[in-house]
Amino acid sequence: MAPVGSFLALAAVLFCIGLYGALTKRNIIIVLLSVELMLNAANLNLAAFARMGIAPGIAGQIFGLFSMTVAAAEVAVGLAILIALYRNRNSTDVRDMDLMKW
Amino acid sequence: MSNPFAGWVWNGGTIAFFLISLVVVFAAVMLLQFRKVMYMALSIGLVFLGMAGLYILLNADFLAFAQILIYAGAITILMLFAVMLTRHDEVEDPPLRDPKKWLTALGCLALGAAMLWTIRNTPWSSPPAQPPWPVQKNVAAIAETLFTGYAVPFELVSVLLTVALVGAVILARKEG
Repeated sequence: MAPVGSFLALAAVLFCIGLYGALTKRNIIIVLLSVELMLNAANLNLAAFARMGIAPGIAGQIFGLFSMTVAAAEVAVGLAILIALYRNRNSTDVRDMDLMKW
Repeated sequence: MSNPFAGWVWNGGTIAFFLISLVVVFAAVMLLQFRKVMYMALSIGLVFLGMAGLYILLNADFLAFAQILIYAGAITILMLFAVMLTRHDEVEDPPLRDPKKWLTALGCLALGAAMLWTIRNTPWSSPPAQPPWPVQKNVAAIAETLFTGYAVPFELVSVLLTVALVGAVILARKEG
């Protein structure tokens, strides 16, 4: 069994990759996917601490399940916004969506 | 320099952890590297599948199957639908052409280095040989905890899902 730190390190690497993707990618679908990657990295931390943290227990997995549910809801709403934007602007480029930019 | 692998138990689980994390990090880097949106969506499917393997290594069987069903199944397919409904022939700019991207990459690297340094310098308790729940009864343990201690959050999450469903329909509906 790999120690807890290696799981946390993997999650940190994935989080940073997701952060970079969310900040630099031009296609709004890929930005959403990168946010999902970051959420997934946080979930991996929850599962790792549930198995071998200071106080291991099943509660960490329950938190992971809840965050998966919230992620699914987020994707549904995000894609609906994306489709509505595409219908109005005919583009999926984040640079075209600056309506609320100050 | 202390041995970085001190306290490791080398068995099938450790080797599987290394192989799966290699695949996951490779697929995540390919997500940044590909220029076609379709390939990116497919490579994140591979990341989600690898994460399910890691959950199985962590004795979180139910979480692993939920991961395959929700992430690798539903979310990846929804993203593919979104790609097909919009411009699926679109390509990204080549990576790291823009100097602003270099700054972002530097920031992300600094954040990652800070997190890895913190993880490295924190004394973690050595992992227990057995998980704190019965290995074969992971689903039963989750169900018992979920419906006794976490009944109210469970109901709230169902309300959240309903709201998200209605909101998605209203947002994506054609006007007029």
